[in-house]
Amino acid sequence: MAGCMEGNCHYLTGNLRARKRVEYTKKILDEIGIGGERLEMYNMSAAQGPRFVEIANEMTERIKKLGPNPIKLAASTKSEEGAQKEREECFV
Amino acid sequence: MIIGKGKSIKDILAMIENHSKIIVAGCRGCVTVCAAGGEKEVGILSAALSLARGKDGKPIEIKEVTLERQCDSEYLESIRSFVDEYEAVVSIACGAGVQFMAEKFRKIPLYPGIDTNFIGVTEAQGVWTERCQACGDCKLHITGGICPISRCAKSLFNGPCGGSAKGKCEVNPEVDCGWQLIYDRLKELGKLDQLEIIIPINDWSNSRDGGPRKIIREDLTL
Repeated sequence: MAGCMEGNCHYLTGNLRARKRVEYTKKILDEIGIGGERLEMYNMSAAQGPRFVEIANEMTERIKKLGPNPIKLAASTKSEEGAQKEREECFV
Repeated sequence: MIIGKGKSIKDILAMIENHSKIIVAGCRGCVTVCAAGGEKEVGILSAALSLARGKDGKPIEIKEVTLERQCDSEYLESIRSFVDEYEAVVSIACGAGVQFMAEKFRKIPLYPGIDTNFIGVTEAQGVWTERCQACGDCKLHITGGICPISRCAKSLFNGPCGGSAKGKCEVNPEVDCGWQLIYDRLKELGKLDQLEIIIPINDWSNSRDGGPRKIIREDLTL
């Protein structure tokens, strides 16, 4: 999530409040085992192209390390188990 | 209003462990104002529960509802037509709302999604503090509008204890001494003489000590 630089928000304190809400959301994601580190808030201005690239790369690296969303993993494991079961039943 | 705080999602997940089709029910009354059990919180909790169960490979179907109030029969009736289609209800109303729903829908398990904490006020956005313990015998006219029962840690009726220091309470240095507040307020009002009124021993049977309380207004009953 990207917000303007602190102190430069069009809505005065909107980006500060957004940060608090992002922190709250991270806590929920940690609590349910999805992982709060999958979400991050950065502040940057429209003139900071190189910084944007740096952050995009940083998050990409982080997400790659974390691996796929655990919900997708659980769903694919389940469907694989289902497929295996179907295969086994075919042989019975 | 009644102030509550959401239970941890882990606790709620443990309650609904064996269910796969539930209702998450909010209330548009007090718990909406204290951001614990309104429509927004119903959405956040439902999404969190759904994500957590998806991750564990045990998907859950959740119906989101927010009633006008859960402490009034007519609003509870609004879910009667479909409540039996679900295995359980997680109510994020106050303790009164959860219990009233449990009384009305006797065949379905009811789980509390919030802890009900106190009767209080919104001191600032996101900050709620206690003001009343519903003792059933209000004395605010004597004490300058500040309650010695809820604002004094010891609920003293006739002046502060020895633990009052620099206007703060010995229980917690961040908490104002209730009797200091009463003194200051009476001074502002020019009514310090009221401190000489001795408040007699309280009849706590009007409070929780008398068991669950009941009020009947004959002029209103049908």
